[in-house]
Amino acid sequence: MNAVFYLSAFVAVISTIMVITRVNAVHALLYFIVSLLSVALIFFVLGAPFIAALEVIIYAGAILVLFVFVIMLLNIGSEAAEKEKQLLSPQAWTGPALLAAVLLAELIYVLVKGGSGAGGIGIIGPKQVGVSLLTKYVIGVELASMLLLAGLVGAYHLGKRDRTKKRRTA
Amino acid sequence: MTASVNLDHGLILAAALFVLGLFGVLARRNIIFILLSIEVMLNAAGLAFVVAGAKWGETDGQVMFIFILAMAAAEVSVGLALMLRMYHMLKTLDADAAGSMKG
Amino acid sequence: MLEFLWLIPTLPFAGFLVLALAGGRLSRGGIAAVGVGSVGLSSIAAFAVAAGFLGQTLPGHFYVQRLWPWMSVGGFTPEISLYLDALSLVMMMVVTFVGFLIHLYSSEFMIEEEGYGRFFAYMNLFVGSMLTLVLADNLLLLYLGWEGVGLCSYLLIGFWYKEPANGLAARKAFVVTRVGDTAMIVGLFLLFTNLGTLQIQELMRLAAERWAVGSGLAIAAAALLLGGALGKSAQLPLQTWLPDAMAGPSPVSALIHAATMVTAGVYLIARTHVIFSLAPVVQEAVAVIGALTLLLAGFSALTQTDIKRVLAYSTISQIGYMFLALGVGAWSAAIFHFMTHAFFKALLFLGAGIVINALHDEHNMFKMGGLRTQVPVTFWTFLIGASSLSALPFVTAGFYSKDLILFETWASPAGSRWLWAAGLLGAFLTSLYTFRIVFVTFFGDAKMQVSRKPGGIMTAPVVILAVLSVLAGFIELPSSLGEVRIFTNFLGNALPAETVSPGGSGDGMALMIVASAVSLAGIFAAYFLFFGKNRVADLLAGLAPGRMLHRFWFSGWGFDRLYDLFLVRPFVWFARSNKDDFTDLVYIGMIWLTGRFNNLLSLSQNGKIRFYAAGIAFGAVVVIAIAVFL
Repeated sequence: MNAVFYLSAFVAVISTIMVITRVNAVHALLYFIVSLLSVALIFFVLGAPFIAALEVIIYAGAILVLFVFVIMLLNIGSEAAEKEKQLLSPQAWTGPALLAAVLLAELIYVLVKGGSGAGGIGIIGPKQVGVSLLTKYVIGVELASMLLLAGLVGAYHLGKRDRTKKRRTA
Repeated sequence: MTASVNLDHGLILAAALFVLGLFGVLARRNIIFILLSIEVMLNAAGLAFVVAGAKWGETDGQVMFIFILAMAAAEVSVGLALMLRMYHMLKTLDADAAGSMKG
Repeated sequence: MLEFLWLIPTLPFAGFLVLALAGGRLSRGGIAAVGVGSVGLSSIAAFAVAAGFLGQTLPGHFYVQRLWPWMSVGGFTPEISLYLDALSLVMMMVVTFVGFLIHLYSSEFMIEEEGYGRFFAYMNLFVGSMLTLVLADNLLLLYLGWEGVGLCSYLLIGFWYKEPANGLAARKAFVVTRVGDTAMIVGLFLLFTNLGTLQIQELMRLAAERWAVGSGLAIAAAALLLGGALGKSAQLPLQTWLPDAMAGPSPVSALIHAATMVTAGVYLIARTHVIFSLAPVVQEAVAVIGALTLLLAGFSALTQTDIKRVLAYSTISQIGYMFLALGVGAWSAAIFHFMTHAFFKALLFLGAGIVINALHDEHNMFKMGGLRTQVPVTFWTFLIGASSLSALPFVTAGFYSKDLILFETWASPAGSRWLWAAGLLGAFLTSLYTFRIVFVTFFGDAKMQVSRKPGGIMTAPVVILAVLSVLAGFIELPSSLGEVRIFTNFLGNALPAETVSPGGSGDGMALMIVASAVSLAGIFAAYFLFFGKNRVADLLAGLAPGRMLHRFWFSGWGFDRLYDLFLVRPFVWFARSNKDDFTDLVYIGMIWLTGRFNNLLSLSQNGKIRFYAAGIAFGAVVVIAIAVFL
């Protein structure tokens, strides 16, 4: 089982690197979906099958599909060329790369120093998760639902196009 | 089908994915890619939660991941709506173009 | 009768208050009544108190009247209390009586001025402060009076404030005396911290007990008090203010700058004589300063053309005599000369005032002449005053007082032949310049016609002062003329008696003859040089060395220029260069720095999201680093 873990980890890292370096948005999205699938596999290995399923269904299947729809809606074609220029300039990504590398080094240092043992002892099934959600974390569930409602209303309002208003603004 | 996976490595993986997402946020100028990189970071955080939860054999990690998921969904929808607005107003997807609140 | 003591300073203060608050509503007569009357009543009270004092023999020969406790701060408890002994009695009588005569004179002299009420208010305040100074029981109250007279001097010199030169003269007087006042207050601090009290008699007793003769503290205290006295009495090096102070009206010059305020320094030294006795070095310095000043002022007086400036330099010179007397230990002689000087100098100033007023504010005596026939009473009284100043032998009070000083300078163990010689030369100069005034102003051809003759109210005080200038000397006759020692015996209760070195007392007759000869010689020299149309003095002044000397003496031996070069100019330069206030620069610098910092930081608000995100990431890196590694 360890091999599965390490293999999926490798795939996840490679595909994430591809996500952030692509020029075409749709390509990046597709690589992200691959990353998500490999992470789902890791979840499965760690004994969280419910979460693995949720990852695939909701994250990859709903959120990223929303992304794809919106990108299609934007209908951007020629902007790929200008983005390429920005991507290739070293001065654009040396700073962030340095910062990210330092952060990574710090995090790894903290994690290695702490040292925890092996895990993934047993499988925590959907039933347990459900029971826990609706007894121990029921308030969190309510709050999450309110958050989703707010998101829904906000997205609807912002996405609305008012023709008369648009002519007056800039 | 249990396996004794070294949790340190899991957390290191989560850290690596997070840092990659951070790089994407800082280095890309297109709004779409920035939002996408934020999603990468959220995913990495969720992975960290689940890995930590797997150590104790409790449901807490998974529950936290569900909440993260819900929050990511709300955030993506609002974010994309805003992005559409910005595109219609500024006619470009360059993040630096929306920089008039300065000084 | 003695319990009327408190009225003496209070009445003039009351007069000041009435005139300050209600002077605008009173008529000229009313103002004069209040102004002159308050000092007159004070004078009557002074006579009553004197009668009471002389009529009984008080234990210790002093009388203290405690009025009320002033303050009580950490062991320091000065009181408002008045101290009357022989010394303060003499001072008080002179101040009130001469003050009353001058007030009477100025009620007519200043009648046309628009600031009539203001004038009398200031004069009353002055008299009240001077009396406070003289009657004070402790040095703090004395200092209060000291400052009060300084203030009134400033106000009265600049009385005609619309003329800017008068304001400058007033300021000069105030600033120069302020130098002395600062020395004095430091001296008071020193005395208080070391002896624990400022009550004068207590202070002197403790000083005699605790300080050895010639100890550093005694020298320091005496030197500082001397500094204060130098400022107020216009002696070297602080004498530059008095000639310019003649910008004030003549009664002011008479009262303040001749008779009373400038003698405050003499009074201070006499009052604190124990401290000076404990510091012989300083006492010697007093004598030397007195001698130098009297010569310096004498030479300067020879060349002045403004009649009041001659009299001003003459005052500086005569106070130099008083300092000389104090310095050789002739305390009573100094006070005796103070009394006679008050009479004849006030007389001379009032007479000069009459002359100036009569000739429509003409000060230059070389433009006057032949006034002998036009204002006869003024002429005779002025002549009497001039004779007294020149110490005309036997018939004038000035003769007896000056002779006493010269005798003491010769005979006292602290005196020396050089000081005596200086005093003698000074006497020659005094007669010379005094009769220069007389001959130039009153004799010769009349160049200007008198337009206004003085009335009775102005003439009466002048006549009274003339009488006193003659008679006041007879209370103290030297041993060669039948020893009459009323004055020194009286003052001997308050001041130590003069010591005469063995073998010195026999020279009295010889010295007197020498002094008489010198003063007569001065009068004849004045006649020779200044009488008549073609004055020999003019010929002498025309020669090259004569011209140079004339210019040098005319400017008061160049002291004004000296101070201007070394004190005034650097200070003004510094003030100008500090115009942009370098301490202000600190605050402006802070503002500038903050502004630059703001500009720098606002660069970080560039509106770019990625930049903000980078900031967050950077912050996270730093915080984790701190948490992990520290």
